[in-house]
Amino acid sequence: MAFQERPMGFFTDTSICIGCKACEVACKEWNQLQGDPPKFTADSYDNTGQLDAQNWRHVQFIEQVPDNNGVIFQPTPIAGGQAWLMMSDVCKHCKNASCMEVCPTGALMRTEFDTVYLQKDVCNGCRDCISACPYGVIGFNEQEGVAQKCTLCYDRLQGGMQPACAKACPTESIKFGYIDDLHKVADDRLANLQTQGYAKAQLYGRDDKVYGGLNAFFLLMDKPEVYKLPNAANATLPTRNNLPGYVGGVATAVVGLIAGLLAFRNGRMSENKTNNTSAQ
Amino acid sequence: MTNHWRDIKNADVILINGANPAEAHPVGFQWFVKAKLDPTKGPGAGGGAKMIHADPRFTRTSAVSDMYLRIRTGTDVAYFGGLINYVLQNNLFHDEYVRNYTNASFIVKDGFSFTDGLFSGYNKNTRSYDTSTWAYENTTPPAQTGGQIEGPATTSSGFARRDMTLQDPRSVFQLLKKHYSRYTPEVVSSITGIPVDQFNAVAKIVGEMGKPDKVMTIVYAVGLTHHTTGGQLIRSGAVLQLLLGNVGRPGGGMNAERGHANIQGNTDHAISWENLPGYLRIPAPGQKNLDDYVKQSAAVKSDPNSWNFFGTNYRNFMVSLLKAWYGSAATKDNEYAFHFVPKPATNSSWMSIYDQALKGKMEGVMLSGMTATSIGPDSNQVMQALANLKWLVVMDPLPTTSSEFWKAPGTDPAKVNTEVFMLPTTHWIEKDGSFTNSGRWAQWKDQVIPPEGESRDDQWVLADIFDRVKTLYKQQSGKFIDPITAMTLDYKDPKKPTLEEIAKEVNGKDLSTGKQMTSFANLKADGTTTSGDWIYVGSVTDDANNMKRRNGVQDPAKNDPTGMGFYPTWAWSWPANRRVLYNRASADLKGQPWDPKRPGIVWNGSAWTGDVPDYPATMNPNDPASWNPFIMNGEGVGRLFSTSMNDGPIPEHYEPIEAPIPNPLHPNQSEDPVAFLYDQAAGRPNRFGKVDQFPYVATSYRLTEHEHYVTQHVPLLVGLQPQAFVEVPQELADKKGIKNGDRVRVSSARGKLEVAALVTKRLGGLKLAGSDQPVYHIGIPIHWGFVGISAERNPDLSKNWLANALTPFVGDANARTPEFKAFLVNIEKIS
Repeated sequence: MAFQERPMGFFTDTSICIGCKACEVACKEWNQLQGDPPKFTADSYDNTGQLDAQNWRHVQFIEQVPDNNGVIFQPTPIAGGQAWLMMSDVCKHCKNASCMEVCPTGALMRTEFDTVYLQKDVCNGCRDCISACPYGVIGFNEQEGVAQKCTLCYDRLQGGMQPACAKACPTESIKFGYIDDLHKVADDRLANLQTQGYAKAQLYGRDDKVYGGLNAFFLLMDKPEVYKLPNAANATLPTRNNLPGYVGGVATAVVGLIAGLLAFRNGRMSENKTNNTSAQ
Repeated sequence: MTNHWRDIKNADVILINGANPAEAHPVGFQWFVKAKLDPTKGPGAGGGAKMIHADPRFTRTSAVSDMYLRIRTGTDVAYFGGLINYVLQNNLFHDEYVRNYTNASFIVKDGFSFTDGLFSGYNKNTRSYDTSTWAYENTTPPAQTGGQIEGPATTSSGFARRDMTLQDPRSVFQLLKKHYSRYTPEVVSSITGIPVDQFNAVAKIVGEMGKPDKVMTIVYAVGLTHHTTGGQLIRSGAVLQLLLGNVGRPGGGMNAERGHANIQGNTDHAISWENLPGYLRIPAPGQKNLDDYVKQSAAVKSDPNSWNFFGTNYRNFMVSLLKAWYGSAATKDNEYAFHFVPKPATNSSWMSIYDQALKGKMEGVMLSGMTATSIGPDSNQVMQALANLKWLVVMDPLPTTSSEFWKAPGTDPAKVNTEVFMLPTTHWIEKDGSFTNSGRWAQWKDQVIPPEGESRDDQWVLADIFDRVKTLYKQQSGKFIDPITAMTLDYKDPKKPTLEEIAKEVNGKDLSTGKQMTSFANLKADGTTTSGDWIYVGSVTDDANNMKRRNGVQDPAKNDPTGMGFYPTWAWSWPANRRVLYNRASADLKGQPWDPKRPGIVWNGSAWTGDVPDYPATMNPNDPASWNPFIMNGEGVGRLFSTSMNDGPIPEHYEPIEAPIPNPLHPNQSEDPVAFLYDQAAGRPNRFGKVDQFPYVATSYRLTEHEHYVTQHVPLLVGLQPQAFVEVPQELADKKGIKNGDRVRVSSARGKLEVAALVTKRLGGLKLAGSDQPVYHIGIPIHWGFVGISAERNPDLSKNWLANALTPFVGDANARTPEFKAFLVNIEKIS
């Protein structure tokens, strides 16, 4: 059954993520990604490290088991969901996407499902999008010379199938659907957790405060910073945030111009000298 | 499982001990999540369950639990015992259930005792109990048996005396109460390390579960079985569940999560050494005929209202099995070829294979679907045993640490005389067949991809070898060749039996009509029926292979008519397609569900409705002669007190063979008095470490990212967990100067492991009786060895990656399961 041409995406509910990494493996299997060379990182159970060209889903493991105030004999019974955070990270498919803002070739496009798709055959390998992405999602495929990231399984979506990661997730931590439906699911889940006393539970990217809203949004069990995500205050597009950059750029350009002119003059002078010398 | 995966959503409380379902069973874990997801929906409808995880390590299961208790490994009898004591002292047990559905009212013979850690009847020299002192006190044999359905007559020396007031000091109830009165919260804390206030908080929640409209499930796995006290660890949970009236009910039960896709199927078909298929006992020496066998194996009816279904049908099941095996060679005149079946004098448990090889009594071993070297215990000793063989056959799709043991790091291949044959077999994805899951569902699967190269199905390899052996016997004769020549191989191609043919044979048929059997109740002892495994009767009938059924969530209204998640036409569940075992106990004496919102079976006035009843379908529960609720044992009720265990009728806390402290309850009898010490029994020295040399408690386990050892060949999974490591508590690492990622040496009295340290606060110290220092656990994932991608990428690092090099060669008192989950080690940084 084909999907309607409406905004679609992920709601990743980290409160029920069990860190099994089935999403990572299903993604690699479907998208034929080999993964980076194996490397033991000793960073909790995370040996994937980051989202990049080979990893389009990445499960973060954040250990924050309390110290028990140094009382080693008294482990505290820990209410679920906050001592060892697990979160399956992915391209956010931002409504206001930094990568699209900077892409010079139009390789990054918005699909009929409102997702952000990178057309490999249009990409010129300039890597501007890699620098621009505030979430560090995009990586470079050295073999093919192009940037790569999550396609939100655009090929599967066109065939009426949900993305591989959502299909593989055993606990339905990764939910796929029409964004307005997912918003409702997320609101209910948040209210439910708050009733149970999880005061830190919050939605991230549900509203338009980060990059105009995210088509892959999250329920987090702690502050965004804990998951290395920019909070609303920091989440702004490079284009809007760049006035100081422009001023600095102009100043640099002026200094550069002067320096260039000086250098040119010096060069000409030395050139003249050389010429003079050679003429001698 | 008494219940099944989907049923976990029906629970109010999920008590998880010796298990890590989020990591080991991530797909089944969806039902744990669904049980607690939305409190507004209420119990049974997907909401509000409390999940309580007791484990030495804070795991991915703990991370999403409501409560986590850091418990010392192997002390769950103390934990459950403390909960039992709380329930009994505060009268929180389910009164009607305990009186009528358990053996609480049964009177135990005078002379039974428990003193200083020993039950009556112990023989120190043989390290065994004479269990006759644990028997019930009998009334005189009555003239007639109760009940309205007549089975074959059972012999009985009389029925057990009962005191329905539960006041008799020798009643099981009072004995239990006295036994567990020692398990106060303080004592429990001093054994387990769980702080008293945390234990009390759990006791309060669990104590609520004895109310008829509440139900709790206990989920366990090899964290309970892999101990010298494994059988009793599980029984202690079952006793708690019986007291709370939670056995037989949706959302309740004692639920073992099995370790592979088909381990339940393995067990059902007699992979276990003490059983024949369908949990019939293996015949014992001295049993000359079927009468001897049935008399010594089948349960005896001990209550007038007990049906004793299993005991009553034992001969029918056994004769049908013999007919399936030996066909026309099994006749009435030769006792259906009972004399063909081996009657082993010594046990043939897992460790005894290598024990016998070490003694030079084993010529060859065939390994199929597992690798002995990695599995251990005591991998170095297992490799010595393999080197002591004349030949070793490894049937596997991929190289294993057993097929390559002769070139293991530190081994000189020139000195290994064992001839090793590697026979490539198909992977399960390359063949069809059934998997029986933890919830007893036999689910048929299709072949996904064709086999590679010259690989063959395991059953083809075995059938071909068998055929050649048979030919050799026929040509050259030999001692006692009849069992080999008479074995029926009634397949289209006897060298290439299909799994469909075998499944059909397992189900069995009526020889007089040629039709497939549809019910094990129709199996006969007169040689006219066959069944390769009586509990699978009904799986493959003339109509269909019921294991292929897939009527699931695509239409819940049609496929789950009760709404309880039974889905009776999804695959097929043994026995008789029943989804919850002992489900007669889900209803009260009158046949009405304890909790109308969560019915198992219901008496509607003329028949039982709901799940397939574990009871005669039309037996009126209001008839005074109706059977007791538990139809499978002699008592007809659940056993709070059992004479069928080797190490005591009531679970008692014993320390692991290697323990950090003496047993606080009885320091002079610290460990299980019946634990099987293989080395000692074979005349080899025991190699057990003491706490002064090996001060840390170690426990071994799996990670989500790998499946035992086979996934060392799967690149994407190797990427997720690329190297062997151990988990070290932050506090201990700080004391020892070990930093996260450092290489460490972990050593036991048997071997060593040299791996990376993952330093974490998820592990920490415990305060125990008799130890002024905190006791620490070291966590040891088992997945690595000297074979596979990781080992090949890291030849220098991977020399000592076999986790089971550390584990002790000792077996559980009952099942002889190795003690993988509790042993002592030392740890030091490799500089």
